[in-house]
Amino acid sequence: MSTDTMSVRGAAADASTRGGGFGPLLRSEWTKFRTVRGWVIGMIVAGVLTVFVGLFAAGNSNIGCQSANGAPRTGRACLPYIPHGPGGEVVTDSFNFAHQTLTGDGTITARVTSFTGEHANLNGQPVRAGSGPDMQPGLMPWSKAGLIIKQSLHQGSAYAAMMVTGRNGVRMQSNYTSDTAGLPGMVSAAHPRWLRLTRSGDTITGYDSADGTHWTEVGTARLAGLPATVQAGMFATSPNYVFTSRSFGGNSNQGGPSQATGVFDDVRVTGTSAGGTWADAAVGGGGPAGPAARGRAAGFTGAGGTYTLTGSGDIAPEVPGPAGTLPTATVEQSLAGVFIGLIAIVVVAAMFFTAEYRRGLIRTTLAATPRRGQVLAAKAIVAGAAAFALGLVAAVVAIGVGVPMESSKGQVVLPVSGLTEVRVVAGTAALLAVAAVFAVALGAALRRSAAAITLAVVTVVMPFLLTALNVFPAGVGAWLLRLTPAAGLAIQQSIPRYPQVTTVYSPAGGYYPLPPFAGLAVLCAWAAAALALAYVLLRRRDA
Amino acid sequence: MSTALHAEWTKLRTISGPAWLLLGVVLLTAAVSAAAAGATSCPAGLDCPVDTTKLSLTGIQFGQAVVAILAVLTIGNEYSTGLIRVTFTALPRRLEVYAAKAVIIAGVVLAAGAVAVLGSVLAGHLILPGHGFTAARGYPTVTLAYGPTLRAAGGSVLYLALIALLSLGVAAMLRDSAVSIGAVLAVLYLFPIVLAFVGNATWRHRLERWTPTNAGLAIQATTGLRNLAISPWAGLGVLAIWAGVALLAGALVLRTRDA
Repeated sequence: MSTDTMSVRGAAADASTRGGGFGPLLRSEWTKFRTVRGWVIGMIVAGVLTVFVGLFAAGNSNIGCQSANGAPRTGRACLPYIPHGPGGEVVTDSFNFAHQTLTGDGTITARVTSFTGEHANLNGQPVRAGSGPDMQPGLMPWSKAGLIIKQSLHQGSAYAAMMVTGRNGVRMQSNYTSDTAGLPGMVSAAHPRWLRLTRSGDTITGYDSADGTHWTEVGTARLAGLPATVQAGMFATSPNYVFTSRSFGGNSNQGGPSQATGVFDDVRVTGTSAGGTWADAAVGGGGPAGPAARGRAAGFTGAGGTYTLTGSGDIAPEVPGPAGTLPTATVEQSLAGVFIGLIAIVVVAAMFFTAEYRRGLIRTTLAATPRRGQVLAAKAIVAGAAAFALGLVAAVVAIGVGVPMESSKGQVVLPVSGLTEVRVVAGTAALLAVAAVFAVALGAALRRSAAAITLAVVTVVMPFLLTALNVFPAGVGAWLLRLTPAAGLAIQQSIPRYPQVTTVYSPAGGYYPLPPFAGLAVLCAWAAAALALAYVLLRRRDA
Repeated sequence: MSTALHAEWTKLRTISGPAWLLLGVVLLTAAVSAAAAGATSCPAGLDCPVDTTKLSLTGIQFGQAVVAILAVLTIGNEYSTGLIRVTFTALPRRLEVYAAKAVIIAGVVLAAGAVAVLGSVLAGHLILPGHGFTAARGYPTVTLAYGPTLRAAGGSVLYLALIALLSLGVAAMLRDSAVSIGAVLAVLYLFPIVLAFVGNATWRHRLERWTPTNAGLAIQATTGLRNLAISPWAGLGVLAIWAGVALLAGALVLRTRDA
């Protein structure tokens, strides 16, 4: 009995081998795919709508402002000078800088004895009556004061700095994106912090100390091409206060200025310097902030070796969202139309399998190719490849046209490296391809297009919508975007999350809880699971 | 007409699919509403910009997907099984069949929608006061005795019925369950996503006024009515126009094409 079964199976295998194996199977599935007019139209519509919706979103973002004499202006004329960091990224570079020139190698050391701040009061309780928008005391988590060695006073030039922060202890930061933790804890008169920067060639080393005698190296920064003469000194700055009220239907973000004041003493500079006189410069307008600046002490005072420095702004990468001072956009914002492309592709891909059941064609297909797993694989490959090709073209066009369009409207499209851009474009294509495979598998498992399409659309699109609309608290939304197939959208995120910048890192703002490739892997895992289920069911059930 | 109505009612109640889908509408709507209410709270001392009625009716946004599937399948399944030819042989007046389908589907969705909305309102009524949204702090209790809440709740039921009619019209036009479901889900959920990406105030305003989901759900607002892009009833009217146009287009296709 068992030998009979074996020989029958063997014959079937022979027949399929004689039929030509996997290649011809692929070709026959491709023929099925491309000769159904509705599916081809569906794919083309998917591509066109993806591009159109993306360009619509990109083209309708207008910036307006007024010139000095009150005349209305729009677009790029509204933008201030936009500094770029040594790495090419758009940066914020505003701080109050008490500096002197330092030529060649040298060291700067200082003690920070006090660090305090004020920020805009956004809860509606007046702090000081009759002084405009009120300020209330308090430091931002990333308010900064400390020592800095900077290439020049120009915004965006290379630097390395040792600093105390509002709530993140001592830090060494350099060239806007690099951040290393030093001693923890807040600064007070009882717990001062000693900071030191040493320049040796291109390398700057940062040290901190709690007592002025025992020093710990925090980190080193290599500033390539640093000139012999640089600016060294004390700085203070404090980023905008971001206040988010979450409500159903979206976040409302409010922001306001903040400022921080550091008190320094025991300041020592060794090396060839300008000779002990400090000049004050508000780099990027980083002096005392807004209304608080009126009628207050100057940004920099010094007497008897004690210096008090007040500044506002930030030395950090510019990020999308309410923390920034510029109307920023990201590359992937031109890809908003991917959602509609996703829906259309899921419909076509699911039907690619379910249509066989509807017409009874599946029996013919399986008679011709008894290896059911191969049929499933061939269909998944054809649908996935078609979706990939379509997604690639759509993403290239959407970004290629959309990004210049946004720039011309006065948006600052945050530049990313070529590699990241390739990842966003190819990743979008991969996202569509894997979603198509997922839908093919669901179609094979459920056999009914209505159920397969609904399940695919709901699991891929809905979690994003749920989170973006704040239906659930941020924590629940983040878990949805980690665990559901919607996690794959993370592949589109072009700007990383910077721990040293406070902003609203929400999916609607383009930030996903998983790293790009981890997110895509979650989607792939779902597609693989659906394929496995489809394979088992296809083998077990009669067609 | 009564024959057609009777036939459609028999078709609907004698297969198990629609009953499960209607149960799904009720459960999904009420469950998501309750979850949204349960997940929102207002700590003491803060002024939370929350429309408690709208929050309690969150589930409608998800119940509408099931309503759309139900409505699409009532006509889509007839095309996929070929039953439509039997139906039109028995009742050659096609528009009568179509009208009967519309009446029956609107009727059952109104009934299921009413239960779903009552469940949602009850959940909001029970949950929200315990989460800081008390009358003492200026949040009206979620109850049908409060005029705006009654309007929002009743309007949400009508909203679901209009979504059903819109879906029916699309399905009659496209004649295929799969394509129709894709198209309806895209219409329902795409505009809110696009709205999140469009920065231009003029276009935001237009999208809020003229797209079915955004305009139709204005009926749920009870606070900040002055800042709405479109007034509640006018918003529901916009959705009614969408549904009407879809139904008309469906009727046209039904009349002119071979089944």
